[in-house]
Amino acid sequence: MSVAEACAVVLFTGISAYALFGGADFGVGFWDLFAGDARKGAEQRAFIERAMGPVWEANHVWLIFALVILWTCFPEVFPAVMSTLWIPLSFAIVGIMLRGSAYAFRKEISGLEWKRRFGAVFALSSVLTPFFFGAVAGAIASGRVPLGNAAGDPWASWINPTSMVGGTLAVAVCAFMGALFLAHDADSFGTHHLAEQFRSRALGTAVVTGLIAALGAVVLVADEDGWVFGSEPSGSFVDGLTGRAVPLLVLSAVAGVATIVLVWRRRYSPARLAGGAAVLAVIWGWAFGQYPDMLPGVVTIEDAAGVNSTLVGTLVSVGVGAVLLVPALTWLYVLMQRGVFVAPVEGEDLSAVEQAMGGAADRTDEATSHDR
Amino acid sequence: MSALLGALAQFEPVEQPQLFAARQLQALSLGFHIIIVCFAITFPAMTMFAEWRWLRTGDRLYRTIAHRWSRIMVVLFAVGAVSGTILSFEFGILWPEFMATFGDVFGVSFALEGYAFFIEAIFIAIYLYGWDRLPPKVHFLTGIPVVIGGTASAYFVIAVNGWMNEPVGFTIDANGEVTDINTWAVLTGNSFMWHELAHMLLAGVMVAGFLLGTVYAWCWLKGARTRYHRTAATIALSFATIATPLQLIAGDAAGQYIAANQPVKLAAAEALEETTANAPFSLGGIVVDGELEYAIEIPDLLSLLAFRNPNATVQGLDSVPPEDQPPVNVVHLAFDTMVMIGTALAGLALWWGLAWWRRKQPPQSRWFWRFAVAAGPASVVALIAGWIVTEVGRQPWIVYEVMRTEDAVTAADGIGVLYAVMVVVYALLGTATLFVLARLARRPLPGQSPGGEDDPAGLVAASASSPGAASPSSVGAS
Repeated sequence: MSVAEACAVVLFTGISAYALFGGADFGVGFWDLFAGDARKGAEQRAFIERAMGPVWEANHVWLIFALVILWTCFPEVFPAVMSTLWIPLSFAIVGIMLRGSAYAFRKEISGLEWKRRFGAVFALSSVLTPFFFGAVAGAIASGRVPLGNAAGDPWASWINPTSMVGGTLAVAVCAFMGALFLAHDADSFGTHHLAEQFRSRALGTAVVTGLIAALGAVVLVADEDGWVFGSEPSGSFVDGLTGRAVPLLVLSAVAGVATIVLVWRRRYSPARLAGGAAVLAVIWGWAFGQYPDMLPGVVTIEDAAGVNSTLVGTLVSVGVGAVLLVPALTWLYVLMQRGVFVAPVEGEDLSAVEQAMGGAADRTDEATSHDR
Repeated sequence: MSALLGALAQFEPVEQPQLFAARQLQALSLGFHIIIVCFAITFPAMTMFAEWRWLRTGDRLYRTIAHRWSRIMVVLFAVGAVSGTILSFEFGILWPEFMATFGDVFGVSFALEGYAFFIEAIFIAIYLYGWDRLPPKVHFLTGIPVVIGGTASAYFVIAVNGWMNEPVGFTIDANGEVTDINTWAVLTGNSFMWHELAHMLLAGVMVAGFLLGTVYAWCWLKGARTRYHRTAATIALSFATIATPLQLIAGDAAGQYIAANQPVKLAAAEALEETTANAPFSLGGIVVDGELEYAIEIPDLLSLLAFRNPNATVQGLDSVPPEDQPPVNVVHLAFDTMVMIGTALAGLALWWGLAWWRRKQPPQSRWFWRFAVAAGPASVVALIAGWIVTEVGRQPWIVYEVMRTEDAVTAADGIGVLYAVMVVVYALLGTATLFVLARLARRPLPGQSPGGEDDPAGLVAASASSPGAASPSSVGAS
């Protein structure tokens, strides 16, 4: 593996982490949106807040990580992608801004009315943001992003069959992982009726995701052959996908079926691993599908890479970062898994979490008294 | 702030519509983020200080302060996180040529910044959720990585900004290609960043301290003078008071450095059109047809400040061709604003310091508290003004004397639409942030809540008679 390829591996690792952790976060927002009206959905929403509370910010740093690796190691690819796809990315950044802040506001504010307003913004942007990211991934994978300053078509680059598959699949994958994550947490916190609710959602979205993926494969091939609308893609992504990436796609399908079986049997911990594996296999299927290209049909990883000293410097910094971050992240997740953050607290002015966490009962009361 | 940005808009020549929109959008995004960042750096330190006092004295008042502040801190951190994420997208969306040419020169610095931010995000979650759930000392210690992460983030980002002012670590070959890249030079080889870093960190302490001070000064004027309010005001204003005189020193050092290394910026800041010996310091005025009119001039002072010699020659704008000069009026106005507000804040800090030194209690004059209410917003204006000086003062260059801003901008049409949308989004975000903070501030104190806990520390009992709460020496020790 060359230094440039190592950097590409780091990049796709960042994208994978964002897809897994950030994706589950988006998915949790998806279920917040579809939890029902304020009264019916109160318990689910309270649980959603409690489950994602401590990690949501850390989960989204992976996005910044992936962007920085992209522009440092592949300096001409980053601006090419950003300037050509500025329209869907603008939607995504507005979504990110509204989502992150609305979530924090909802958590800290009291009063049902305002929780509802911020909650609606949070939930809606949780669905739109992954769609546009998926569309961007589709634009890149189908070779619609040329090098250069805004050199691609500002519309057809992302309004095309592959991008639509990417966007839809991203939303479905997020919803699926969100449900899986929530079912697991509800089960381990002993709230079994919630676990059952999220279980049926996980099963439903797993099937839907699988169907979208299968249908999507047909659309991708059709798109590459120019059968459908949209600009002609230049990509060799589909060739790779039906070639060297096949084992990964098979792995994804197997892991997906395994997840459904495990969720069906309420074995949530292994189900979460299998579900994660299915998603990772898709991401790496994309990576191997377009290998050795960075932008399919446009530029290879080797040609797109920046100077060697910077690549090495980046890899060194990743090593240093890992030494610092892995123990810190591990501690955070261990504290969460041990339920330290949800343990009942004694003492005065019950902390920030209380409202969010013990919120189920309060919220229902509030809902009863204030709701129309 | 919007007034200043408006001024910026008026004075800018509009060559390409997307250049104008891109610059305005970038200015808006950075201007918003930089205010929030002040809290990311300073607020954890102030919160930890209160918590440390609690651990040392067992006085639950301090715990209440720390706990309430930590919730505000988390809201602001979330807003800072999203507004910071947006910036990394905008670099590519708005300035693709800049990123394509120099992404691998300064990129590693941003990678390191990413880790610092990551550390901050992890530990701020543990700190917020760990109240009462972790042993008190462990909880206190989890705040330390937050402070270190915030400071380190500032260092890495300012290293890149310093590099844009003093580009190092590469050469440009005969074909105009960037070669011989030394990616570490951004972090170690540019001496521009050190005064910028000191100036920014101190500005962060001032903005966070004075803005919090604004809230408690307002309460004071409204008659809320409980021990809680008094102690919280003391911590906030003392942080700001310690930082303010240091800021004057840092600002002076920055001026000297700029005079020697980026003289055109200083010339713009002082609206000095011609290279002059015995250069005067000009306050106010406006440049019309290359002449500074209506300014108050203090003879020799600029030469003295810049070179420690009243007879020294200071370079004027005419030392570079007109197309290489920054828009002088914007920079001069911003510079004067910053200097005057900074001086006024130093006066307020002196007042506060004297009151504590002589009577060991906050100033009693209502005038002090009126000024303290104004000090927070004023410090934000000074912050934005200072940032305009360094950013607009570097124009027309995005990378000083290497790449022009107009050569860096995107070729995409329609950035103006994005700008318009983002103005609305930032207005909403800013309003919502203030709204939520106001709601948080109005939460009842423990002793006030109906059926609330005991009030052993006399949290809400007005008490001019318990001066032990926050002695100046303990504050000074921070």
